[in-house]
Amino acid sequence: MSDTQAAQKKEEWVPAGDLQEVKDPEWLFNEAPREQIFITGSEAAREAIRRSNVDIAISYPITPQSETMQQCGYLYDEGYIKEYYRGEEEIGVMSALGGSSRAGVRSLTATSGPGLMRGMEAISSWPGARTPLVLLNMCRVINTPLAIQPDNIEISFLLNTGILHAHAENQQDFYDYSIAAFLVSEEVDVTLPAVVSVDGFFVTHARGNVKLWDEKYKIPPRDGWRSAVPAMDNENPPARISRDAPIQKSNFISYHMHASWQQEVFAAVERSAKYWRKYIGDLIEVVNPDAEEFFVTSGSAVSQAREAVRQEGEKGRNVGLIKVKTTRPWPKLELIAALKNCKRILVPEFNQAGWFHKELCSTMYGHINAEIIGGPRVYGGMTMPTEMLLEWLADTRKKAGEKI
Amino acid sequence: MSFETIRPSPGYEDILPIEYQDLIKHGQYGRDVKVTEMGKFKELIEEHPMCAGCAMTLFIRLTMIALPNPEHTINVGTAGCGRLAISQANIPFIYGNYGDTNSVASGLKRGLEIRFPNTPKDVVVMAGDGGLIDIGFQGLMHSWFRKERFTTIMLDNEVYGNTGGQESGMTMQGKVLKMAPRGKITEKIDALGLARVAGCAYIARIAPTNPARVVRTVRRAILIAREIGPTYIQAYTSCNIEYAIPTPEVMQDAFDVEKERYGFHEEMTDEAKEYITRIEKEAKQKSKA
Repeated sequence: MSDTQAAQKKEEWVPAGDLQEVKDPEWLFNEAPREQIFITGSEAAREAIRRSNVDIAISYPITPQSETMQQCGYLYDEGYIKEYYRGEEEIGVMSALGGSSRAGVRSLTATSGPGLMRGMEAISSWPGARTPLVLLNMCRVINTPLAIQPDNIEISFLLNTGILHAHAENQQDFYDYSIAAFLVSEEVDVTLPAVVSVDGFFVTHARGNVKLWDEKYKIPPRDGWRSAVPAMDNENPPARISRDAPIQKSNFISYHMHASWQQEVFAAVERSAKYWRKYIGDLIEVVNPDAEEFFVTSGSAVSQAREAVRQEGEKGRNVGLIKVKTTRPWPKLELIAALKNCKRILVPEFNQAGWFHKELCSTMYGHINAEIIGGPRVYGGMTMPTEMLLEWLADTRKKAGEKI
Repeated sequence: MSFETIRPSPGYEDILPIEYQDLIKHGQYGRDVKVTEMGKFKELIEEHPMCAGCAMTLFIRLTMIALPNPEHTINVGTAGCGRLAISQANIPFIYGNYGDTNSVASGLKRGLEIRFPNTPKDVVVMAGDGGLIDIGFQGLMHSWFRKERFTTIMLDNEVYGNTGGQESGMTMQGKVLKMAPRGKITEKIDALGLARVAGCAYIARIAPTNPARVVRTVRRAILIAREIGPTYIQAYTSCNIEYAIPTPEVMQDAFDVEKERYGFHEEMTDEAKEYITRIEKEAKQKSKA
């Protein structure tokens, strides 16, 4: 096909999205028949987007994310997405997404480490602007030195913005969490942006089994008027009600108003928990709940810990695992309940800073008696062999004078 | 939004503020207003915290009168003096991060076209010279290159007024301002030329010396953006504080600068010209009838 032909659609063309049937999301997640296929994380994202009734996708390339947003281009060409373009760079893309969400349409983009950092000013302003939208984040090292390898340090920069954040363990999670993110983000008492992170390459470029519902089904469209704040569509009485204006009428805004606005954003993050549960179940998954030693982590570190737990089990040792699915909302109460009787916790992470460990320590302090050990950690693109987790386990037991 | 959307339900008129009642009974919605009628209708913007004698305020006031369809207009602005007034108007106003206007407007406009395919929704970016030509340069240029269908109005006071008087890309060469202690080294950026190169459908340079012309220019820009492609207006809106222009002399300064280097200039593509000529002719015939 020539470039000119590619730009034209025949008059009788019907967008593929128009042929899909809208179904109740809870039925789709919990009852709809699913077929298992073996695909990469990027392909899982594509299949999620195909079923998510997306209005606009705004793209910008960066490794390892590029594949997802170029797949969005094909979905747009097929008619699953109504509007699509490549933005100027990430500040432009994230700002434009804030604009499209304010217009009341379902909006999507994706990025990776340095791109997330470049767009961060716009990204961190989304919650305050109460813009429901979804950002898929394929984690990558933050420069410098320049690298394109997986490392999820960038998640730490999202944690205190007021953004909803889920961390997918594998391709299946990436499919489920991405669709759920749209639904949760657009709930009236949430009305917040959502980020779904996944560890780059380990998941995005590797294949895994994913159970999908039929592509003829999609979730309901976004209703731009079903929102905590009005859409910026000039369909409301003009009593100076611009959603942005109340706290920005002048240089001398009320600090009380700004404070209460922030409080409401973070309260909305907490309120989102009940909606996440509707689609992805409990916010934590607990393996071997009666264990005294636990791995607690998120993302692909969960898979590594899962294998370590299995191998320990083969040796007759009962080691537990907690997978945290959403880091915002942070499932504090669930974690306290699950960890109240354990004596030792290891927190494996794919980053140097240990943001997950810090988060766990700060929220478990005073509630549980377990020792919380930060590690093992790998970063800069390193893998985390199961042997490393087992060695850490053995080492901590040795230090405690226990039998290895 | 239609006029019916904003009209109070029967029985509620009296409890609404008088300003709102005036907006319904004597406002701009649902009808064209002329500059010569100023004082006889309720304007979209009446209060503002701008400095006394600010030419930018006059220009913004005229711009609001010029909106061809205020019922379906959304303003997008950014940090800078202008937003202090624009945010007071009875038009939804998006105030994002500094320099993000044209990116936000791109997403907004496309989103509105998805939701309201049969109702033109006008998006108007109104921001300062620093917000557009310096920090917002990339978003500005790319919105033009992408042929985004909205109007960009630069409130060119040739200085960062809101932050206390630093030089901007639109400051004249040699001018001594903060951050240019020895005078600005580089030339004023040719934003009009950039708009031309980027393919804007309508480009105008104007000073607020002729209210009717301001209204006509803004209206043309918005109507052409709605149907053809990006439009750009560059308006001289002096900063009387940072340029130490005595308040009574603000308008004289506007006339002087207009004569010296900021004369009215208007250019448009053939397609835009054909379109605007046709609809202005139709409007004239309609008003005669």
